[in-house]
Amino acid sequence: MSLLHPSSRREMEEHRFHPLVLILVPLLAIFFQAYLPLRFPSVGFLNVPVLIVIYFAVSRRSPIGGTLLGLIIGIIQDALTHLPLGINGIIDCILGYLAASIGLRIDVDNPGTRLIMNFTFILLASILHVLILRRLLGIHEQWYGLHEVARAVVNGLIGVVLFALLDRLRQRQ
Amino acid sequence: MESFLSRNRNPLVLLAVVLAQLLGLAVQVRRPTADNSGHQTRLVRYWVVSLMSPFERAFLFVGHGVSHTWDGYVDLRHVRAQNQQLQAELNRMRLEQSSLAEDARQDIRLQKLLGFQQNYISKTVAGHVIGTSGTDLSRVVYIDKGFDSGIRIDMPVITPDGVVGKIRAVFPHTAQVLEINDQTSGLGVVLTRTRLRGILRGTTDGRTEITDILPDERIQPGEQVITSGGDQVYPSGLPVGVVERIVPDPEQNSDVALLIKPAVNLSRLDEVLVITQTQSSIPSTMQQDVSTSEQRAADVLAQRLPGALPPPTVGPDGKPLDANSPPPPVRPPAPLHPDRFTPGATPPADDLKPGAAYQKQMFAPESPANATAQPGGAAKSSPADGQPTATPTPKTKQEPQN
Repeated sequence: MSLLHPSSRREMEEHRFHPLVLILVPLLAIFFQAYLPLRFPSVGFLNVPVLIVIYFAVSRRSPIGGTLLGLIIGIIQDALTHLPLGINGIIDCILGYLAASIGLRIDVDNPGTRLIMNFTFILLASILHVLILRRLLGIHEQWYGLHEVARAVVNGLIGVVLFALLDRLRQRQ
Repeated sequence: MESFLSRNRNPLVLLAVVLAQLLGLAVQVRRPTADNSGHQTRLVRYWVVSLMSPFERAFLFVGHGVSHTWDGYVDLRHVRAQNQQLQAELNRMRLEQSSLAEDARQDIRLQKLLGFQQNYISKTVAGHVIGTSGTDLSRVVYIDKGFDSGIRIDMPVITPDGVVGKIRAVFPHTAQVLEINDQTSGLGVVLTRTRLRGILRGTTDGRTEITDILPDERIQPGEQVITSGGDQVYPSGLPVGVVERIVPDPEQNSDVALLIKPAVNLSRLDEVLVITQTQSSIPSTMQQDVSTSEQRAADVLAQRLPGALPPPTVGPDGKPLDANSPPPPVRPPAPLHPDRFTPGATPPADDLKPGAAYQKQMFAPESPANATAQPGGAAKSSPADGQPTATPTPKTKQEPQN
């Protein structure tokens, strides 16, 4: 139970980032998500913007901040598609809120925790995606369970590496 | 009340944001934007594309610079052999094209007679693919040409291999292309051999299929699929793909669905052509190409068969050819002994009457030449009217009796 110490100072610490980091990193993530599949089609398997939402939400540990960050990133993602605006916005909002709430309760600096957290959130994002498309938009999106689990595992692993890199951008108090 | 709000501030904010987006979704789904000018695109979409496209252009510029330097100056091995191979291929294609040109002309004449309207591609704009939507659910790509280059909504997008999709949204310097494998896409197609028509749609997993097809054992994997032109977006005859598999239709048990392998590798797009203009007659450049090809084909034939086809120096009317005018098509040499199969010997179809030739044979005045000139029929004279009657008998081949 070493993970659950909500009262410890280190875990309750709200990490701070330079404002430019908060702006440029999400934009860079969305840019690569849109550009790299042209050269490497398999990169479309990744969901880097969602990983970025999760990272900043758990680091900032502010549910409202996570919600708003998810809203912005999700709407930008939606704007690049031809689908109605708000699909990714809703998903990223919910993920940002949940990630920030979890960040208040557990140690999210542990790589193992990060792997499990990323896996769960990416899987949840896929479920929400299918639900929104089927129930709200009437688009019959197929659900390939094994494919989505594999996608969550790969994104979880990538997320661990990505989070370690992003940790270097924190501002130490 | 105040304490409730302050205690539940976080979930309430989430709820408000999600509800706002749900309302926004509902509004968008009920009121889709559809216009032909490209100026009524949603503002958020416009901002994001304007923000992202300069970076994508910059990456493309650097990437192409490196690859062009490598391809154009460093990696030039085997170019000479490849050039010779291409020259041989070009000669072969010219021969093929010249042989097909006359068929094409006849086809055009017949289409005019029947009142068919054929659209020919007369103007295209080349564009580089600079980005994607970033998600598998939305199979769109962005190109570096937009409203300023004459791109408009619903213009077809192709590559030399086949159809890519159509323009879905236009921005000043960028345009969004909806690929044919997107689930909201659809285009009218026809199978080349069986002439079955259908609508090609994309699936959620990025494949293309034609549904609602009645089972027909003539449909075989490998059959080519081309655009039918019936959707008023794509010109007819553009290659779309080939039939990959025939599977039962998941929605109609009695029907089948054809899984189509696109002619274009949609996941590896680099350069595309946007068809900005079509016309109902053959473009002058295409006419010039065909004439040039026929002339070159005659040269190639003359090299292979010296004296077989002398280069035409005079036109069909006997006048010498003008150097600037396109040369006439290559015709076969005049026959030494013209017969009824010789081109021009048969009167126009309008002057022909059904059974006229037969009646002519039946009621022609009897002559020794007439009587002997019909090996397949027996001629006899009727004593009642004095007119000869010819009773055609089926031609039978006399087998030698051993």
